Amino acid sequence: MKREINFVLNGERVSMEVRGNEILLEVLREKLGLKSPKCGCDKGDCGTCTVMINGKTVRSCLVLAAEIDKCDVLTLEGLMQGGLTPLQKSFLEHNSFQCGFCTPGVILSATELLRKNPRPDKTEIQEALSGNLCRCTGYSPIIEAIRDFSK
Amino acid sequence: MAITQEFVYLKPASLKETLALLAQHDNFAILAGGTDLIDMIKEGAVQPDVVVDIKGLASLSEIRFKGSTLDIGAGVTFTDLIESEIIKEKFPVIAECARTVGSLGIRNRATLAGNICSGVPCTDSGPVLCAYEALVLTEGPKGARKIKAEDWFIAPRKTALEKGEIVVGVRIPYPKKRHSGCWVKLRRYGGQDLAQVNLLVLAFEDGTFRISYGAVAPVPVRAKKIERMLNGQKPTPDLLEKVTRLVEEEIKPITDIRATGEYRMHLAKVMLARGVEAAMGRLDGKGPEYGKSVI
Repeated sequence: MKREINFVLNGERVSMEVRGNEILLEVLREKLGLKSPKCGCDKGDCGTCTVMINGKTVRSCLVLAAEIDKCDVLTLEGLMQGGLTPLQKSFLEHNSFQCGFCTPGVILSATELLRKNPRPDKTEIQEALSGNLCRCTGYSPIIEAIRDFSK
Repeated sequence: MAITQEFVYLKPASLKETLALLAQHDNFAILAGGTDLIDMIKEGAVQPDVVVDIKGLASLSEIRFKGSTLDIGAGVTFTDLIESEIIKEKFPVIAECARTVGSLGIRNRATLAGNICSGVPCTDSGPVLCAYEALVLTEGPKGARKIKAEDWFIAPRKTALEKGEIVVGVRIPYPKKRHSGCWVKLRRYGGQDLAQVNLLVLAFEDGTFRISYGAVAPVPVRAKKIERMLNGQKPTPDLLEKVTRLVEEEIKPITDIRATGEYRMHLAKVMLARGVEAAMGRLDGKGPEYGKSVI
């Protein structure tokens, strides 16, 4: 059975039909063409599928598309509509990624952290990113980029 | 990975409508945060015909403190608990626990009620609710029920929830006696991980204690033998040494992917001594601040 959902995606109204069992991550990637959220572990542990719903980061692999009716959804594409954000520039300066698979999720988690806490210490950054796994960098350049940005 | 099984998604707007839907459908699953349920559905461990999303029920997303009881609705997330002023003021140890659940993106979605409905042995909410002597509030065909937290957990992934019922929230009585608490969670590293052992200690001004362990038995354990030995005593190093020996009578940790039983047993003792010390220190305004891990 299909269900109509209406939501705001990266600032634009979207109206579409989804089946009850469709996952938000798949709808974003396969039907709406947004490729920044990635499918990593597919069970909420790795954070590569991170998007924001109503300003809060969530694991889009664990959200049904039907759940986002009347919600505001933001992906990295929406965050950088005006070009690279200062935080992304800091990531570039610090070489904070190699393969880049985790980066969209990391940027969104860091963005949520910095909105609540503009001057996080190292432990607070580590805690906020503990649900975003990176297999390349060893995390240090990521943490440095965020610390440097928030100084 | 797409979900291959088909189900109908429903989002009622009131409790009355929800109960009517549940009465119509035999094989339903209640969806709140979905951080456990969706994973279970993907794996085929849960195969509902109907998924009922309760996020449309505004009354379930409230945290209410009235008289001397705290009601946490079934839609309240761990982030809601961490950010709540009333929790910060009256139940800081609940926020201390909530901060150790999952990761930011999980806490933004996962609910305390969902955590106890999953009913896994390593539940973080379980020991907290048991030590606070909380009630689980349910609604269903037989009407409303209030189930003691201690009676709620029956076996791994098995709770006292009956067919056709839904958890609408938990009720935590605010202890009359001045008290403080300490949440201790052992995990493999500082970030997102399930508990190897977890523990809630409540210390009261009259020298009594309430102590509850998680992840060291099929269900959360209220450690009443330990409480009896501690009650009214000055916890000198000698007494704490004696008390930690009692831990072996209270818990039965197993060996699994996250730790060996021996390691869990050893650390459960260390955690008890430190948790008691920190909770007592906090009672006198001297202990580590809430949120600062003691292990």
